Amino acid sequence: MKPGPFAYHSPTSVEQTVATLGELGHDGKVLAGGQSLIPILSMRLAKPAHLVDINRVVGLDQIEVTEQHIRVGATVRHSALERDGAAYAAIPLLRQALECVAHPAIRNRGTTVGSIAHADAAGEMPAVAALTEAVMEVVGPRGRREVAAGDFFEGALETVLDAEELLEAVRFGRFPEGTRTAFIESARRQGDYALAGVAVALTVIDGVLDRVRASYVSVTDVPGVLELTEALRGQEPAGADWSAVDDLVQAHIAPEADIHATADYRRMLAGELTRRALTEAAR
Amino acid sequence: MSTRQFGAPVQRREDPRLVTGGGRYLDDLGHTAYEVAFVRSPHAHARIIDIDLSDAWEVEGVQAIYLHEDLPDRVGESLPLLIPHPALIAPRVGYALAKDEVNHVGEAIAMVVATNRYLAEDAAARITVTFSSLPSVVGLENSRAATHLVHEEAAGNISAHLLQEVGNVTAAMAKAPNRLTLDLTIERSACMPMEGKGVYAVWDSDDERLRIYSSTQTSTGVRAAVAAKLGLPLAKVECIAPDVGGGFGVKIMHPWPEEVLIPWAARTLGHPVKWTEDRREHFISSSHERGQLQEVEVGFDDDGRVLALDVRFWHDNGAYTPYGIIVPIITATQLLGPYKPGAYRVEFWSLYTNTVLVTPYRGAGRPQGCYAMERTMDAIAAHLGLDRAEVRSRNFILPEEMPYDHGLMFQDGRPLKYDSGDFPASLAKLKALVGWDDFAAYKEQATREGRRVGLGIGCYVEGTGVGPYEGGHIQVETSGRVNVATGLTTQGQGHQTILAQIVADELGVPIDSVHVTTGDTRRMAYAVGTFASRGAVMSGNAVALAARVVRAKALRIAAEALEVSAEDLEIEDGIIRVKGAPDTALALATVAVLSNPLRYAFDESARAATQFAGTFDPDKPPIADDEEPGLEGQDFYSPTQATFANGMHAAIVETDPVTAEIRILRYCVIHDCGIMVNPMIVEGQVHGGVAQGVGGALYERMAYDESGQLMNASFMDFLMPYASEVPHIETDHLETPSPLNPLGIKGAGEAGTIPVTAVIASAIEDAEGFPIRSMPISPTQLWELRQQHAREDAR
Repeated sequence: MKPGPFAYHSPTSVEQTVATLGELGHDGKVLAGGQSLIPILSMRLAKPAHLVDINRVVGLDQIEVTEQHIRVGATVRHSALERDGAAYAAIPLLRQALECVAHPAIRNRGTTVGSIAHADAAGEMPAVAALTEAVMEVVGPRGRREVAAGDFFEGALETVLDAEELLEAVRFGRFPEGTRTAFIESARRQGDYALAGVAVALTVIDGVLDRVRASYVSVTDVPGVLELTEALRGQEPAGADWSAVDDLVQAHIAPEADIHATADYRRMLAGELTRRALTEAAR
Repeated sequence: MSTRQFGAPVQRREDPRLVTGGGRYLDDLGHTAYEVAFVRSPHAHARIIDIDLSDAWEVEGVQAIYLHEDLPDRVGESLPLLIPHPALIAPRVGYALAKDEVNHVGEAIAMVVATNRYLAEDAAARITVTFSSLPSVVGLENSRAATHLVHEEAAGNISAHLLQEVGNVTAAMAKAPNRLTLDLTIERSACMPMEGKGVYAVWDSDDERLRIYSSTQTSTGVRAAVAAKLGLPLAKVECIAPDVGGGFGVKIMHPWPEEVLIPWAARTLGHPVKWTEDRREHFISSSHERGQLQEVEVGFDDDGRVLALDVRFWHDNGAYTPYGIIVPIITATQLLGPYKPGAYRVEFWSLYTNTVLVTPYRGAGRPQGCYAMERTMDAIAAHLGLDRAEVRSRNFILPEEMPYDHGLMFQDGRPLKYDSGDFPASLAKLKALVGWDDFAAYKEQATREGRRVGLGIGCYVEGTGVGPYEGGHIQVETSGRVNVATGLTTQGQGHQTILAQIVADELGVPIDSVHVTTGDTRRMAYAVGTFASRGAVMSGNAVALAARVVRAKALRIAAEALEVSAEDLEIEDGIIRVKGAPDTALALATVAVLSNPLRYAFDESARAATQFAGTFDPDKPPIADDEEPGLEGQDFYSPTQATFANGMHAAIVETDPVTAEIRILRYCVIHDCGIMVNPMIVEGQVHGGVAQGVGGALYERMAYDESGQLMNASFMDFLMPYASEVPHIETDHLETPSPLNPLGIKGAGEAGTIPVTAVIASAIEDAEGFPIRSMPISPTQLWELRQQHAREDAR
């Protein structure tokens, strides 16, 4: 379990990074926190000829909170974002989800932006990116572009990012006033990849539900947003009949079986966790 | 008055070193050694047609590449059958490197030696092996069906078949007023030490001497095996177990292929060579355990007393049987636990599969036996509508029946005879600890709240401290430092502490002056190994006996020097003095000086010992005819049989009514390992054992697919419980001394693991109201069981 040979690059600026990635094309791979990449390299499941380590790139470790969003740079560790008081005040869902990301040791190294670029269907932060309608700030040899979360994920471990491009930052959108969120997942062991997980956001205006949405972990290929508003609009959160969303949830998800759980079990779990998350958010 | 160390919760003396990075594990050694990577079989069953090395040789830094055909003489012969048994009718053992055929994924085929592990792996990846695949046999049911064979000469895939019977089961069963049958399944798991196996070997060509460091549970065993394989005189081979980051059984198996190959390569290349197992290698190339199918028939009276017990089981031994049939023999004999079953018949078949071999893992066949027996006890109670603890107590062997001979042969070839134990007292303590009698009310309340809770129980007896022997050697230096050596190895149990406690008391010295060495054949060449919960029993008693030898010698010398009778002397805090006249005294260190008359005065203490310094009787030689120089002594402890520890566990679990998630709310342990040398270390052993037991009950399984690929060969998918999954463990102790050894102690190493699967199955069954017959169990499986029972109820 040692990686195959690779060349190591350690740029210190975004410009250098992009130039290096542009030269390397498909031979290059960005290394941020390494919590997914390094095991893959050690098991020789991937053998990139070049690693471009962005940990020394100046300015990528910033968290900015504005009226509209939270902008998270490419080398911000999960734990830094999890502990950031201003970020929590702006979007509590970030911390609610980050607490479920693996274990503290992994969160201390792993980056939130990296986990979004990795686009694992079992990742918590892609689901959060979807639900917050995040904007991906992408930089490459041909300049900068912005991609909406809804357009970013293409499949399991697949995004619209080109090999020459760097996901420089992610802007998580703030929810409207009156929005409450919850994040629940069920894993075999605490910190494992979830068998199923759900993030919900419900917006209450004048004491009744105005908008309700959910996104899922481990039961969909691509983190998308499930609109539940039609089924619930106008109900009071305290007495809402959450089972009204059951069919919508089941139609939205497409879980697969693995050695840890059957697809049917995950379906049941996704339904139950949705009801529990909505109950918790409504509390 | 110095404090007695024996029995005190002395803090572990090894921990400051280990927790501050001072440990020297196998991979910490030999940084300049060549390193090794193996090409391992990707197929479960295949013939090797061709191996192409040409690309691999192009990797810079490659020093050697070896295949089976390169191995000379005995190195190329099959590995030893370590523990033969008459019932082992078709034993098969592999080769250090596969010869013509592979029988499990992970079997080593080619060995690459390079300047470092990275390059060795680069080269290994370039070796092309052409296989012709053979049908693979995976899982006990496929093996039993024997549509395909693992080894052509093992008909029916059967390696061993053994039947033992006490009384007439057929007659007793026929007469029993009640009969039940149970079909039970228990899956595979494995040891998973923090550091896997590892070997580092240095050939000293000047001295023609081989030094082997191995992450092993038996350095004497590895030494002897390698000396035999390499054709070296035993005197020219030494083996040291450095700090070993956990063993749990997998490292008592020996010699592993790598333990032969690395020393051979070091000698052949004239350069130190090292191999450290990585985690994937550990999953697919080191042993597993536990997998069994069991059929139990039990006959019992209306009070729940067992009149006849008929057990048949099929044991998955993997592809080879180097460690014989120790595991299924232990299942067959230790299944009985604290009970006397009337007539008992047990028959097992040990079966080949195209999976990695099966050798003892902490508990070693007992968790399976306990599971069979305890599931049976619960079934009897359910059938008769009786309290589960009551049914157990009606079947207990009583204290006045000790020693109790079951009439069976145990794993050491000696009678299965319990030496002591007070099972009713243990059960009473357990019921008090868990609140057995109050549980019904608690459950009723929980049910009203929409919760599902269940209480489970499991009892076991564990034969510990099997022979043949261990030794202790003790030497008192002239500084007063006491060096203790025992040959068995340490994997973190706390031997440095408990052996020092024993010696400090026996010798009358401060514990800080006692220094313990384990697992180094240079210090103690005669030893067996660390397994079967035998460290404290065997080496504990051995060092106690050795300390008594040294003490007697010290008193003899002191008596002469002080011109008093030895009987009038005592030793305390390293000072020998006359009882009642403490001013007439001599330090033990001084006695060490006196014990070794010297010619050369190289330091102050030596000056005191030179032949011109003392006032010796000119008519006597400096060393008496029946004495030896030096204040040291050695003795061995060799028991007539194992000593039997026991314990009883209870757990309260909660299962989620919707998601079927399983949570352990409470876990209670009553533990009786005789007199405890160090109760804190015993508790630690129990905690670790329960943690591993929880893994085996709820999380761990070896997910082989039909072609014999292990699909969860990583810590991402093989679910060892984290601290977050292990409940708080409540313990209480009973100390029933063993009459068999001088210290009255019994083993404690494996105890915690044994009943956990049985206890959790019992508790889930109680929560759910339907029988649990297959373990481990996951939420998804419990959820499916619920649906299956709901469908059956609806019919």
